Amino acid sequence: MSAATSSLPARTANVLREMLARPSGALGLTLVGLHLVTALISPWIVPFDYKEMDATITLAGPSAEHWLGTDHLGRDVFSRVLLGGREALVVTGIATPVAMLWGGLLGVFLGLRGGWMDEILMRIVDAFLALPGILPLLVLITVFGSGGAVLMPTLAFFFGIPVIRVARAAAHEVVARDFISAARARGHRPFDIVRREIMPNVTDTLLVESAMRWSWMLLGFSALSFLGFGVAPPRPDWGLMVSDARVYMSLAPWGVIAPVIALSTLIIGINLTADALAKTLGLDQSRKAVV
Amino acid sequence: MAGPALIDIRKLCIGFRGRAGTMLPVLHEIDMTVCRGQSLGLVGESGSGKSTLALAAMGYLKHGLQKLSGEVIHDGADIFARSAGELEKIRGGKLGLIPQNSGQALTPTLRIGRQIHEALHLHCALPEGEHEARAIDLLTQVRLPDPQAILRRYPPELSGGQQQRVAIAMALAGEPDALLLDEPTTGLDVTTQAHILELLRDLAAARNMAMVYVSHDLGVIARVCDRVQVLYGGETMLTGPTAEVLRDPAHPYARGLLASIPRLSDRTLPRALEGRPPPPGQRRRGCAFAARCALATETCQAERPPLIAGAGAQSTRCFYPDQVASMDAGGEGAALSRCASDGPAALRLADVAIRYDRPGILARLRRVPRNPATVAGISLHLRRGETLGMVGESGSGKSTILKTIAGLMSPAEGRIELGDGTRLCAAVEQRRPDQLRRIQMVFQNPDDSLNPRQTVAEILSQPLRLYFGLRDKALHDRSVELLETVRLGAHYLDRSPGQLSGGEKQRVAVARAFAAGPEIVLCDEITSALDVSVQAAVLELLNDLKGLHRTAFIFVSHDLAIVRALSDRVAVLYQGRLCEVGPTAAVYGAPSHPYTDVLLNAVLEPDPERAPRLLTEDTVDLSPPARGCPFQRRCPVKCGQICETDAPPWRETGDGHAIRCHIPLTDLPRRIAG
Repeated sequence: MSAATSSLPARTANVLREMLARPSGALGLTLVGLHLVTALISPWIVPFDYKEMDATITLAGPSAEHWLGTDHLGRDVFSRVLLGGREALVVTGIATPVAMLWGGLLGVFLGLRGGWMDEILMRIVDAFLALPGILPLLVLITVFGSGGAVLMPTLAFFFGIPVIRVARAAAHEVVARDFISAARARGHRPFDIVRREIMPNVTDTLLVESAMRWSWMLLGFSALSFLGFGVAPPRPDWGLMVSDARVYMSLAPWGVIAPVIALSTLIIGINLTADALAKTLGLDQSRKAVV
Repeated sequence: MAGPALIDIRKLCIGFRGRAGTMLPVLHEIDMTVCRGQSLGLVGESGSGKSTLALAAMGYLKHGLQKLSGEVIHDGADIFARSAGELEKIRGGKLGLIPQNSGQALTPTLRIGRQIHEALHLHCALPEGEHEARAIDLLTQVRLPDPQAILRRYPPELSGGQQQRVAIAMALAGEPDALLLDEPTTGLDVTTQAHILELLRDLAAARNMAMVYVSHDLGVIARVCDRVQVLYGGETMLTGPTAEVLRDPAHPYARGLLASIPRLSDRTLPRALEGRPPPPGQRRRGCAFAARCALATETCQAERPPLIAGAGAQSTRCFYPDQVASMDAGGEGAALSRCASDGPAALRLADVAIRYDRPGILARLRRVPRNPATVAGISLHLRRGETLGMVGESGSGKSTILKTIAGLMSPAEGRIELGDGTRLCAAVEQRRPDQLRRIQMVFQNPDDSLNPRQTVAEILSQPLRLYFGLRDKALHDRSVELLETVRLGAHYLDRSPGQLSGGEKQRVAVARAFAAGPEIVLCDEITSALDVSVQAAVLELLNDLKGLHRTAFIFVSHDLAIVRALSDRVAVLYQGRLCEVGPTAAVYGAPSHPYTDVLLNAVLEPDPERAPRLLTEDTVDLSPPARGCPFQRRCPVKCGQICETDAPPWRETGDGHAIRCHIPLTDLPRRIAG
């Protein structure tokens, strides 16, 4: 486990260094980093406009001009793949922290307080978790319509629900310890106990959880796009691209394969990072530190 | 030496690979020999490598450790050279291991019977049909009452002492030649510990087994072992027959360890061993103990002393074995801070009762009679600057009473008042900040009571900010001042609890309690998680603070020897009821309550001549009896029907000493002795 250091930047630097020292961390961070950089600069480096159609070369294979071929409308697949993660990353990049924040705070609060409120809210959480995740999403989108303004809060809400459970369990473990009793016996306000005593002990768990939630949310977003509820055409999106190209898969497999590889490398990258993070922070006890 | 060696360890070195890639030694050229029928004690502080050595004796190394050189000969071959299949047969078969915490070593979801069957199945040649009888036989051998019933129970349904007995029975299932015991009684009550040790001694003698007993407590070793091997920093410092080592240890470290043990006969504090042991894996040139040794010279710093013959049959790793004997022989410990017995009151408990169970609606409607309260009829007072020792086995309600005083639990009946007569509200939330400030608590385990994510500075700033509103410079200065009163320096401010040793952590916890400027400090078994040598230092610290601040303490412990050193008055509790209260000297002298007597006789002291007297069984029932004397079920001098029906009266001797017993005080000493 990393030596506890007093300042946050120093600790962050330490954790990053240790993560990079692990094969999973190095690979994961590289993959995530590449995707983020691509998403940032892609509008300036793409060889073609994403909506530029060329009816003469529809469903063409890879060539020197179109590296990954073209789709059924003759648009450049390579350019569209480079641009296809932008919207997903923006929406999930905002919705993940929001989900973590509300789910995490509510979970910690319930873990500390317990009692009837905990009982009732947790049964509601159970009810939500019992439904297949995509179902309530689809209901909301059918009612309020698709688009980023609806998708972002919807995703933030539904992906925050499992976080309540995780945060509550983490808080429960901390609340049982004597330093919480000591703080209560001194007479600190509950808010101070949460902020000073509990939060520092659950942030690690929540950090790892947020990485996991992010990858789930990306998958969820792509699934919605695939079903036609996410990004509106003609803007490029991996889910949408797969949905459009799957009909022509036997003619132009690259139209499906390329966005799938893009999405899966990002998801794998995030999962590897989460894994390395958990091991570095000492949350994954499968290999204990020596002595 | 009695016959050929059963386990013979020769020049064993074990180490781990450090961050820089170099091998760091944990054990350094250790020799160890045990023969049949012999018992060897491995003694040392945490991190001395004693558990690593015991595990290596059965060919097991913890993750990350490697054998560097040397060999462990068992049954004529190096155990590290054996195949995995052979090792599987040997471990749990020829060599039995009894771990420190059997509660964790037993699978909680399997019945005891299943687990013993498994051990028999793996390591016993008996046909399957005879296993049941054999299991019952084993449980009888470890003196568990009603073995048939025990077989059907789950581990969490047994007490700590019973779990330890089951673990011993399982180790015996393979008819072992040798038992390896890793602090098997640490964490148990004194009475239970005395019983388990007695059992182990008898078993070893009856079966002609070898025992390797690992402990940090020389008192325990004195009771069970013929020979002692003292480890320090991964090296053998001293070996010799137990009686000689305890009488006249030929190594300064052993002498220091011995002096740090609190004794019943002593009225002074035990003397702490200064400094801290080297971390495992430290490389050094000279003697490992040189940094803490009063005899150390330049030679000791530069050269590693060889293991040479010392006084009697001892071998010592010291250049100056002759001077060890003439070292200051302990003498007086620190002067005790005592308090006048008639000061103003600081706290008063009147008829306090505490319940854990809350009857459900159905039970209330049906008027089901409730179980007797966990704690009942506690009336005590605490004067300013006084230390009240509170003694009893686990389950006696000592910690519960402290938590109630601190406001973490609500009493079911009775009242708690501060010295000025103001009644304390039951719950923390309703108490005034000033009332909260006056009562502070120090918890048993500093690993649990200090937030691992805060630095020492943050930990100390909590009470300072809350009660005094200190900030910036004033906060820093006061924190440093507090650290200095607990003998830690300003450089500790930036450390986190993970970087401190057990003793240092407990000092920080004490400093945090004193940051509030309290009138009353509640100490809940604060030394039980510490090594003996460190415990002495913490006791010394409390004694100093007591003299300095005129703070009143309630000091809770299950060990009478520790309580004696520090307390002005002592209260003895059994199952949540007071048995005896009085000035320390009176409680420890005659006459005493039969239960006090049981506790006094069970204390283990590092004296080969003094054996504990076991007056009664060590089984504690879960709930106190509804009527009569709380101690009726175990009392060795129970006088008849009256003990079961009537609550015994308080009998006073005059100087504030009171005993709650049906037997008249003049009769008590004779009855107990007879």
